[in-house]
Formats: sequence, structure tokens, C-alpha cells
Amino acid sequence: MIAELGSFSLMVALAVAMVLGTVPIIGAARGNAAWMALARPAARALFVLVVVAAACLVASFLRDDFSVVYVATNSTRALPLRYKVAAFWGGHEGSMLLWVLILSLWMFAVSLFSRHLPQQMVARILGVMGLIAVGFLLFILLTSSPFERLIPAAEEGRDLNPLLQDPGMVAHPPMLYMGYVGFSVAFAFAIGALLGGNLDATWARWSRPWTTVAWSFLTLGICLGSAWAYYTLGWGGWWFWDPVENASFMPWLAGTALMHSLAVTEKRGGFKVWTVLLAIFAFSLSLLGTFLVRSGVLTSVHAFANDPRRGVFILLFLAVVIGGSLALFAWRAPKVGLGERFELVSRETMLLTNNVLFLSAAGSVLLGTLYPLFLDSLGLAKISVGPPYFDVVFVPLMTPALFLMGIGPLARWKQANLPEIGVRLKWAFGVSIVTALVLPLALGRWSALAAFGLWLALWIFASSLVNLWSRLRPLSDGGLMARLGSLPRGYLGMLTAHVGVAVFITGVTLVKSYESEKDVQMDVGDTVAIGPYTFQFEGVSSGNRENYSYARGLFEVTRNGKVVRTMHPEKHKFVAQSEPMTVADIDTGFTRDLYVSLGEAVGPTSWIVRVYYKPFVDWIWGGCLVMAIGGALALSDRRYRLTRTADQPALDATLSAVSPA
Amino acid sequence: MRRLLVIWALVSLASPFLAGAREAPPVGEDPAIERRMMTLAQELRCLVCQNQTLADSQASLAADLRQEIRELMQKGESDEEVKHYLVVRYGDFVLYRPPVKSSTWLLWFGPALLLVAGLTTLYSVLIRRRRLATADPLTADQEQHALALLSEDERQPS
Amino acid sequence: MKKLAALRFLIPLAAFLVLSGFLFKGLWMDPHQVPSPLIDKPAPAFRLTQVADPGKSLSRDELLGKVWLLNVWASWCVSCREEHAVLVEFAKTGVVPIYGLDYQDTRDAALKWLGTLGNPYQASLFDQDGRVGIDYGVYGVPETYVIDKAGTIRYKQIGPITPEILHDTIVPLVRKLNA
Repeated sequence: MIAELGSFSLMVALAVAMVLGTVPIIGAARGNAAWMALARPAARALFVLVVVAAACLVASFLRDDFSVVYVATNSTRALPLRYKVAAFWGGHEGSMLLWVLILSLWMFAVSLFSRHLPQQMVARILGVMGLIAVGFLLFILLTSSPFERLIPAAEEGRDLNPLLQDPGMVAHPPMLYMGYVGFSVAFAFAIGALLGGNLDATWARWSRPWTTVAWSFLTLGICLGSAWAYYTLGWGGWWFWDPVENASFMPWLAGTALMHSLAVTEKRGGFKVWTVLLAIFAFSLSLLGTFLVRSGVLTSVHAFANDPRRGVFILLFLAVVIGGSLALFAWRAPKVGLGERFELVSRETMLLTNNVLFLSAAGSVLLGTLYPLFLDSLGLAKISVGPPYFDVVFVPLMTPALFLMGIGPLARWKQANLPEIGVRLKWAFGVSIVTALVLPLALGRWSALAAFGLWLALWIFASSLVNLWSRLRPLSDGGLMARLGSLPRGYLGMLTAHVGVAVFITGVTLVKSYESEKDVQMDVGDTVAIGPYTFQFEGVSSGNRENYSYARGLFEVTRNGKVVRTMHPEKHKFVAQSEPMTVADIDTGFTRDLYVSLGEAVGPTSWIVRVYYKPFVDWIWGGCLVMAIGGALALSDRRYRLTRTADQPALDATLSAVSPA
Repeated sequence: MRRLLVIWALVSLASPFLAGAREAPPVGEDPAIERRMMTLAQELRCLVCQNQTLADSQASLAADLRQEIRELMQKGESDEEVKHYLVVRYGDFVLYRPPVKSSTWLLWFGPALLLVAGLTTLYSVLIRRRRLATADPLTADQEQHALALLSEDERQPS
Repeated sequence: MKKLAALRFLIPLAAFLVLSGFLFKGLWMDPHQVPSPLIDKPAPAFRLTQVADPGKSLSRDELLGKVWLLNVWASWCVSCREEHAVLVEFAKTGVVPIYGLDYQDTRDAALKWLGTLGNPYQASLFDQDGRVGIDYGVYGVPETYVIDKAGTIRYKQIGPITPEILHDTIVPLVRKLNA
């Protein structure tokens, strides 16, 4: 019953989405206020209906309803409660429902926080999002329903993949989807603006906070995915340039470019056409990512079960949405005028250079990810493109952007004074170079890679400090905190996010330059030294837990003879899986991680053991967190605190009367 | 007394061995070759799981191939020769760093091309804009004021 | 002139359509399949003992002069069971001799398997450590090679052999090579 209710709810949602995707948009074109007014209630109704469907699916999991195929393939009776809920998005069908749920959540948010927008705009934005929802709901109902029945019902489920039975599974997919589904809002704003022909600076001002929120969520989502892979996969890696990782990284790169471009358009009215195109690109990359993960065109750790029929549907959907929006762009964009002028050397130019760099990076990642497919489809060869390619190509592209991060915020709009910036920054430049050259020695061994990365990070940090100091100095009243509090939050958010990048680079550089790994064969009592630590193996015990049996190793870790802690890497053997799962134990620290995992048993008491010493690795995720905090700070800026002015109804009436069809 | 001391010395020297504690031996006989093999294996693709490097994979074919690489290196083969050995048998698919050949020029030079194209487009658009962008137009009030001034000028003969 | 300038706005759409074309083609391909680089190259030499008789060995050179199939199998391989019945039937037709490569197996298990499921092979070669398999680029059992009279590999089938594959690909190829 519950599964059928869920299915029915989705069908009604589809009908509502179809209405939402047509009536308000036509209403906006014709100036029909009643039709436009349909948008908000329809969006809210859609949200409620999708929530009902989602609740039905969760209920089916919690009730161990193995007569539902999806529940039977992703759960068991013994599965802990939190994973029964997370199993919702453990497979293809459920994750598609999650996509629609989050899309409808964003639509609900737009319906709530859009009082300051003219009704025409709201109608178009929600209408466009409604059309996207139509596509996804059709896809779910026609090819990927999580509510399919299994007759006769199974006695017991096939269990959620053990690798997914982890807190990371609870947090990572929802965060990630909030991010890349969130770019649909910026996309809808862009399409709405193209449809209405009013691509002015206010459009950019409205779009910006939505883009920033989505970007912050995406940053967190990718960060969680990376951290999860690190502590779950047992070999200390945190980024593999796997196609699915790239699928989330490309929208992030485009989204970052979009955020910076929106700043130019908002402040100076320039490059509206380019910003609109970027908004279309960012969401298109999200959709493309969704296609790549589910269509089976690429091999990946993450890939869901594939079926060419589903692939064709998504590709058609992509063609309609992306093709349609790019066609609309080609038609409308040439009519848009230019913004205000600016010189060749100005903040505008630097922000646009950032765009070129970030988009080249996104383009390169796309090239590398799709190249094997490209060559194979031409029948030329079957190749693999992996980390050696991406590392070589990505770092040189990003380096200039990182260098610009120090200069851009100090450059004036319209016309920047380079010599003046040079004078202000020469201290930062000097200090960062000298420290970067010396610091590696303090860490044990000089390394050019470490020096270079540290220099970039220190440069960003020092120039941000110079910037902050120059803003704080003229303020005379109050202590430091009060003065900081008086600065615009948007500005503080930018600085914080940039510092977050610096922290991230520090982590990546130091871990890559100074990490060490040892692969040894250990018997009880054996020791292995790594970094300043010594690990002593004390043996392996075994036992049973909720839904698996385990072997638990015991290691005593000492430093300079003093015991630091004991560590317990494990092997988990689930009933339904043939290979046991390796669960490393990680000792997390501010300045280093110690990582130990069990390999195979090679004797009655001896095991192959891998130990890693990873200095500053947590700065990688710490940096991402700081970036997201920067985004949140920027969002709390005063100008986004919405107040409805008394003139709003009159404004609406005027706009709908004069705006072109 | 002296004999006791000698026995005590011998026992304490032997005790680490008696207790079984020792520095754990690395996996594989020759640590230098082991390190070289693992570094190379990081750039090779496991054909069975296909989403892991040969270094990280637990698959039995991966273990066999790592052993094969060890033996080749012990025989004195260079990294390039080992890679060639694998490519002859499995094709370029096994390399995570795609070889630079005519079919991959676009792959390897593409990013640089993208960057150059992007920067030149930006530069030429900026130059063009400088020529095209007009000065700030007058507002309606300013225009009125200017017209008024001009017509005033006409009425008064100079 | 204005019309031409406006055309550049179509570039993103054009690029997307090209991309879609490749993605569409990609839907019908299998990214997991690793095609063999040994097609039209000499079959790697080997000299292995036979599964049934450790005393007797067989080398690749002894098989020159005829067209033959090399089928890589193992008793621990689940998908080999499916194709085995097909091979046993096919062997009865006598169209082409089939030689087996018993990959990383034990003699006892292998012989028991053949005893239960039938033996389509003229002889089965015992590749215990899998070295010959590596030379042939074996990465997933079962795999089958079609080798011609000159000892050149002409075709590699990855995965189990089905009657359709025999009918559509292997038999016509064997006939062509024998002509």
C-alpha cells in the first residue's frame, strides 16, 4: 500500500510539474497575472507531494518491506536504522528520487525567498525548474521507479553494500546533491532572464546568493566524499580523478567561475551574456555528470547499474534542456547590450581571467574524462586516462589563478593601479617566498614541490592579510572584533574562502611531499618505524557484530619511547560478500594522520600490514570547510536580508505591463 | 660470579630474539625494487577491477602482474621496458598515463590550447570593447538642461 | 556582418551537439572490454604440460599448420560453466579443434570438472601460475582465441561463447581461414 501511495504521489507530482512548467511561463509571456500567480503554490504543492513519496520509501525501508524490489536489493533486517534511511539513496532508483526531492526543496526555497522579485521573474524561474522536474519525474516513473514490487516478496534483503554502511553515506550524497541540483536555481534565473530579455545588473544581484549557497553545499559535498574515500578505502588515497569524482568537480569549477563572474555583472553590469552562459554551463555540467554516472558509458567505482535504455532517456533529456537553453541563448544573447567600460588592467579583467582559467580547467577535466570514450567511439584505440594525466594538466592551469587570488581583491574596479598594488604587496611577496623556501627544511627535507605549494598558500594568506589590514586601519572605533564586525560580510566571506583555499593547498602540498608508507609483514611483537612513530603489532582478535564478523588487529604506537595510543584496524566479513572489507584505523591529528590497515594473513599469527604517515592531510578537508564557511559568511551579508518594500505591488504591475513578451 | 655475569649478558642480548620482537621485514625481498615496482604500479591500471591502480588492487591478476614486474626489474629491465611488456599484452588500456601519440595529441595539448584560446578571446574582446563602449549617456534631466541651455543661446543674439 | 557576428553565439550549442553524438555512440559500447593488442600478431609461444598427463607437453609450434581455438578456462570459474555446454556441442561438429588453457587451477579439480561437464578439448594445457595467460593478455576467464595456420591470432572472444557468437563470428572466420 505504502509503495503504491508513493508511486501515486509521484504521478500527481508529475502532473503538477507539467502545469508549473507551462502555465506560469506562458502567463509571464502574456502578462497574465493569474497564470503567473500559479507558480508559487504549484511549487509548494510539488514539494509536498515529493516529500510524501520520499516518506513512503523511507517507511518501506523501516518496515523491512521486502516486497519492494528496491528495498530488497538494498537492505536487510539486521541493517542499523541510520543505514536503512541512507539506503534510500544507495541505489540508482532511490538516488533519482533524492535528486527530485532536493530539486523540489530548492523550488520551495525559491518560492519562499523571492518576495523581492517581480512576479514575472518568479513565474519564469519556478516554471523552468518545474520543467526540469518533469523530466526527472518522467524518468523515474517510466524507467527507474523505486516502488516496483517483487512478487513473491523476498524473505530477506540482499543488504546494502558494506562500503556504504558508514556515516559518510548518510551525509555525502545529500550534501552533494544540494550543491549540484542547487545550480538549477542559477540556471533558472538565467533562462528566466533570457526569456524576459531583461539581463540587467539586478538579475545578477538576485542570482548571486542562490549560486553561493549551492556552491557552498557542493564544496562540502565533494569534501565529504573525499574524506570518506580516505578513511574507508584502506589505502590512504583521497582523490582519484575517477569519472564520477570529475562529474562533481566540473560543476564546482564552473560554479566558482560563475560566482566570480556574477560579481563583475552585479557591480559593473559587464559581461552579462558571458555570465548567463556560465550559469547554463554550470548546471549543464551537473546534468552531464548525472548522465555519466548512470549510463554506463564510463567505468567507475561509483557507477550505478546501467542500461542503455535509461542512458538514452537521460541523453534525450540532456539534449532538450542543455540544447534548448543553448539555442535560447544563441537567439536572445546577441540583443543584449554592453555594460560599463573598464580598462585592460582592472579587477574586472582579473576576475574574467579567473573565469578563463577555471573554465579551461573544467574543460581539461572533461577532455580527460571523455577522451577514452571519444577514441573508442571512433574505433581508434582503447586507452585509460588517469591521475598522471590530470595532475600534470590541472596544476599548471590552476597556479596562475592562485597567484591572481592575491592581486585581484586589491585591484580597483574599472582601472587598477598595478604599481600601487605592487608596493602594497611586496612585503607579502617577500615574506611568502622566504618562508616557503625555509619551511620545508623544518619539516625534515627540502623539496621543490613543497616550497612551491607553500609559497602559493602563503602568498594567498599574506596578501589577504594585507587586504584586511588596509580595510581595518581607517576604522578607528572599537576593538578588533567590533571593527571586523563592521566590515561587509560579503568581503569577509571572500577573504575566508580564499584563506580556505590556502589551507587546502598547504594540506595537499605537504602530504604529497612528505607522506611515507611502509608495507611490511608483521608477526606478534614486530615493530615498524615510520616518521617519528613506531608501531608494534600485538596480534589479531576476532568476533561478531550486527551484520558481519570481524578480525581486529591491535597496534601499540609509541613516539620517543612513550606510548601515544593503540590502534585497531579491522577486516569485516559480511555474509553476502566474498571479499572481506578492509577498515583502516586512523589517528587524526592537526599536524598529521597515522594510518594503519591490515592486508592478508600470511601465517597463523602474521599479517601483511600497511602503515602510513600523512602530515597535514586533514588540512585538505579543513580547507574545504573554511571555503564553505566563507560562502556562508558571504550569504549573511546585510544586502540579502530581505525586506519587502511598500512599492512592490505597484512595481510588479508596472513591470508586467511594460515588459516585452 | 663472572660466569653468572656472562650468562646474564648472553641472555639479555638474546632476549629480543627470545621475545620474538624484531623490526618487521618489508614485503618483497628487495626493498629498492619493491619501491620502484609500487611507484610504477601506481601508474598502471588493474584490468580486473578497472578502477584501481595495479598497486592498490587486491585482485589475483594484479598480484600476479606485480610479481611479474618484480621479476622483470630484478632481471634489469627499465621502467619503460616493463611498461612496453605490459602494453604488448594488454594494450594502452593498462597505462593510466596515456602515451603521447597522434591519437592523443588533442588530449595532451588540448588544455594548453583551451587556455590560449580563452585568453586570446578575452584579450580581443576587451580591446574591441574599449573601442565600442560609449561614454555614459546623459540622463533625461541632463538632456533637458542641455537643450534648455542651447535654446537659450539661440534666442540671444551674440 | 551583424548576422555573421551573431553566429558565434551558436558555438556552444554546436559543441554540445557534437558531444551528444559521441555520448550517444558511447551508450552502445562497453567501456570494460579490453580489446586484445595481439590481433593479427603471432600467438605467443608456449610449452606446457597437459592437464590429463603431466608427462606429456605441448608447444605452440606443434599446432602450426592448422586453424584452432584456444579456450581459457578454470574449474573455479562460474561463467565457464555456461559456455562449457556450448563448447562440448561444438566440439562434436568437428569444425575446428579446440585446445584448452587451464588457468591457475589444480589438476584434480580440473579433471573432475571435465569429467562431470564433458571434455571438448583435444588437449588441455596446464597453466598453473598463469604466465602463459599473461602472455596472451588474459584478464578475465573465460576467453577464447582463434588462431590460424601461420600461428597468428585472428580473433579474441572476451567472455563466454554463445551459440550466436559461434554462428555469426567464429565459424565463418574459421571457414575463411581454412579456405
